Formats: sequence, C-alpha cells, structure tokens
Amino acid sequence: MNISAWAAAAVAVAAGVAVIVVLRLISKRFKAARNGILYVVLSAVAVVFLAPVAIILLNSFKNKLYILDNPFSLPDSTTWTGLDNYIEGVGKTGFLSAVGWSFFITIVSVGVIVLCTSMCAWYITRVKNRFNSFLYYLFVFSMIVPFQMVMFTMSYLASKLHLSNPYGIVFIYLGFGAGLSVFMFSGFVKSIPVDIEEAAMIDGCSPIQTYFRVVFPILRPTAVTVAILNAMWIWNDYLLPSLILDTTKYRTIPIAVQMLRGSYGAVDWGHMMAMIILAIVPIIVFYLTCQKYIIEGVVAGAVKG
Amino acid sequence: MQKSLKKYFPVFALPTVAAFCVSFLIPFVMGLYLSFCKFTTIKKVSFVGIKNFVAIFADEGFLNALWFTVKFTVVSVITINVLAFVLAYILTRGLKGTNLFRTTFFTPNLIGGIVLGYIWQIIINGVLKYFDVTITYSAKYGFWGLVILMNWQLIGYMMIIYIAGIQNIPKDLIDSAAVDGAGRLKTLTNVTIPMVMPSVTICLFLTLTNSFKLFDQNYALTDGAPNGETQMLALNIFKSFYNTSGSKGTGQAKAVIFFLIVGVIAFIQLVATRNKEVEN
Repeated sequence: MNISAWAAAAVAVAAGVAVIVVLRLISKRFKAARNGILYVVLSAVAVVFLAPVAIILLNSFKNKLYILDNPFSLPDSTTWTGLDNYIEGVGKTGFLSAVGWSFFITIVSVGVIVLCTSMCAWYITRVKNRFNSFLYYLFVFSMIVPFQMVMFTMSYLASKLHLSNPYGIVFIYLGFGAGLSVFMFSGFVKSIPVDIEEAAMIDGCSPIQTYFRVVFPILRPTAVTVAILNAMWIWNDYLLPSLILDTTKYRTIPIAVQMLRGSYGAVDWGHMMAMIILAIVPIIVFYLTCQKYIIEGVVAGAVKG
Repeated sequence: MQKSLKKYFPVFALPTVAAFCVSFLIPFVMGLYLSFCKFTTIKKVSFVGIKNFVAIFADEGFLNALWFTVKFTVVSVITINVLAFVLAYILTRGLKGTNLFRTTFFTPNLIGGIVLGYIWQIIINGVLKYFDVTITYSAKYGFWGLVILMNWQLIGYMMIIYIAGIQNIPKDLIDSAAVDGAGRLKTLTNVTIPMVMPSVTICLFLTLTNSFKLFDQNYALTDGAPNGETQMLALNIFKSFYNTSGSKGTGQAKAVIFFLIVGVIAFIQLVATRNKEVEN
C-alpha cells in the first residue's frame, strides 16, 4: 500500500458515507434498508477491531527484515519464513516456562484470593466491632491508592521477606487483591439474612462448617465475579511481577514479551510478532469458553467497584 | 453467633490481613515517610522535610508528564465514551446477530497493556512509514497513538456497561414516549440518555482512572520518547525510581502527589454517586 492506495481508501470511505446518507434519505420508511446500513457500519467497526491482530498474525510469518518495511503487505515467497519466528522466539524468551508460571501464578493467586478474602469479608461483616469496621475502611481505602505509591517500598519488603518467587508473589497478590475482593464480598454478605447462618450453628455446625456448607455456596455468584476480575488483572500484570520476581529465573508472559525489547532498544520484530500471537491465544480461548461469565463479571465489577 | 465466631479471627481474617499489611499497609506508611527523605537505598535514609516536594514542582519532566497525562485523559475519556455509547445504542436496537459484534468489540479489553503497546507500535509505525517518520519522531504521534490504543482497548468495555444500562430502561417508558409522539431523536435525548446516567457516571470514572494511571501501554508504545515528551505520570515516577542514580526521594514524593490526585478523583466519584442515590 502506498499514498495513492490511501487516497483510494479515503475516496472509498467518502463514497461509503455518501451512499449511507443517500440511502438514509430514501429509506426513512424502510426498516430493512436501514438495518442493512447498520450492519455495514457495524461490520466496518468490527474490521477495525480485528485488523490489528490479523496484521500481527500475518507479520509473524515474515522474516524480521521485511516487517518494518511494510507491515500491511501479505507474506510472499521472499518474506515468508514459516514458523521460524515462533520457534526461535520461544527459545530465546523461555516462553514455555513463562506460560507455565503465568498459569501457575494466576490460578493459585485467584484461588487463594477467592477463598481468603471471602472468609475475611464474612468475618469482618458478621463480627461487628470497631476494629473490624476500621479494617473494612482500610480495605476500601487501598482500592484508590495507585500502585506507584507503594511499588518501591513493597518490592523492598518483599525481597526482605524472601517473597521474590512465584510462591511468594501469591501472598503479595492476596494483599493487593484484598481491597476490591473484600469490598465486593462484604457487599454481598450484608444482603444475606443472618438467620440462615444462625440456624446452622444452632444445629451444631462450627463456624468453619457453617462457612463452607452454608455461606460460601450462597456467595458463589460474587466469587465468580471476583475470580474473573482478579484473573484478568493478574494474567496481564506486568509491573508488579517484574519488580518482585527474579526475572532471570522466573518470567510471566508479559515479562517475556517485554524482554524482547532488549536493553539497547534493538527489537527483533519477527520474534515479537510471534510472541504477541502466542500471548493472545490463551486469552482468546479463555474468553470464547467463558464469555458469558466474563461479560457479566465485568459489568458487575464495574457497577460495584 | 457473634460470640462463637469472634475467636476465629486467626482462621478467617488473619491470612488476608497479614498479606494486606505486607503488600499494602506497611509499604504505604513507609512510602509516606520516605517522601520526606533523601535515599538511594532504604538502608541510608536522611530526613529532608518538604525539599522533595519543592524539587518536583521545579522538575520540568514531571510537570510535562502531568500536563501530558491530563491532556491524554481528557481526550480519551471523551472519545471513548462517545464512541462506546454510539455502539451500545446501535447494538440495542433489536438487530439480529448483535452478540457476535459485542464479542468482537470487547476482545481487545482482555489483552494486556504491554502486548497492546507493541501491537500498536508496529501498526502506527507502518502507517507513519508513508511519511518517512516513526512514532518517536514527535510527541504528537505518541499522543495520538496512545489515544487510539486506549480507544481500541476500552470502547468495548464501556460499550458493555452502556448496553446493560440501556437494557435496564423499562420498555413501557420508551413505548409511552412513542405514544406521546416523541420521535427517535427526542426519545434518545429525553428518555434514553437521562435513564442511563448512572452508567455514564460509572464509565466516566472508569475511563478517567484507567487513563490517568496508565503505565504498561505507555511503556511499551513509546517509553516516553522523544526526550521523555510522551511520558505519563506513572512512567515518570517509575523512571525516577529505577532509571536514576540519585536520590529516590523525589520519586516517592511524586508518587504521593500522584496518589493525592487519584484520591481527589475517587472522592469526587463517591460524592457524585452518593448524590445520584439520593435522587433515586
């Protein structure tokens, strides 16, 4: 594509707009035609949303020398390198181990966050005293504090306490995820009538049995929301793990991608394209399988958070 | 029940509270104190009073980052919300197959900031190649690049919230507006928009805080180039911690200012939502 191609594209867009305007004028009464226009507009927007990823996918099969030249051209016999970028990129960044650590850290952290913060939220909501309401407000307060405020001191403390590994980082994520998660669980616990729990205890349940047999099952919808929100955050998080983890030993996917930039700014764009595609695939798979929960979770999280 | 539950603090609350202290509470208090100190490592700290705060307001890099962040936030909040609302409005008009579009538009929101930054770096550089420049040539390119990236990422997310808001409007309200002779435009301005105001508040603040605190995308897209002109606040603070041989006290002081600004935004949000609740 060159300047004249862009000019042609601009003319095409202008023509499209003109057609839409004319059709609109004619079709005031014809719903079908109007819907047709809407579909055209929506499809155009959808193309804009998908094009960037499609372009990266095309370039991931090109030799690195040709990517910056013209990222919009299709691969041809000179530029095509097959899967070389993938194979070399995976080797260079330790991508497979990064995928493993990303899965480990995300799944374990989300599990720990859901379990611990829901228990904590139930406790501080049901046992009413000054200390617990103070704790509640501290959790809420932590939600508005930006990460930069604590990043230096927190990474210092984490290394002092020997938390600079994928197991220690779970503990850090529990602390950071606590604000939003406790807040959301507490909101839900407040709406559950106490009588059910009291009945369980009168029937001889210990608090722990009451929690797991009665309370947690009721909390399930909120637990799904909390899990989705935290999973999206932790999976994509770059700064926190890059400061905490010893990145020569442990990398997550965002860290592996960022490492391709190198210290002198010379990026191997072939490897970069391939790693971007590999980083996106798990997210897309996850999204397409749990789409309903993700969209509901995001809406619920936005409304409450 | 309170009595028997009370002594279970170590089981129920302690793990979360301990983690919260280590990763948030103690670092936060330490950070507040260190913003009044001169230090390169935490072992050698000397108290200097408000010197750091005086210094950062004479620091051009910081003031430039503050201004850049404000400009970026204003532009992206407006563009994202307008476009997201338009899409939501189209998608709630009973067309068939809208789910497919919804799924497509939401997808970019799930991709992490670092990856997003590199995706757009290659695309924007590819376009700018026709003008023989790159994104790091001028701060203007970096600015609009970030705006485009942010729109691409957040429009789908905000659209979903607007769709939920529009779908919550009682059907009979729209019908009675039609019976009263309101056209489509009248219904939009007098019924739909006032009824989705709660969603508007949510979306405004979500885009506001997300844009204001942006780091990963900025770091991957331009890394502040050229000359730190496209640095946002979070990146500027990061560099004053990790790209400096001097005292990190100024970095911590910048972080405190950053926290105060975000705190004010959050406070305004709280007041705004409270007022809405009273009205309802």
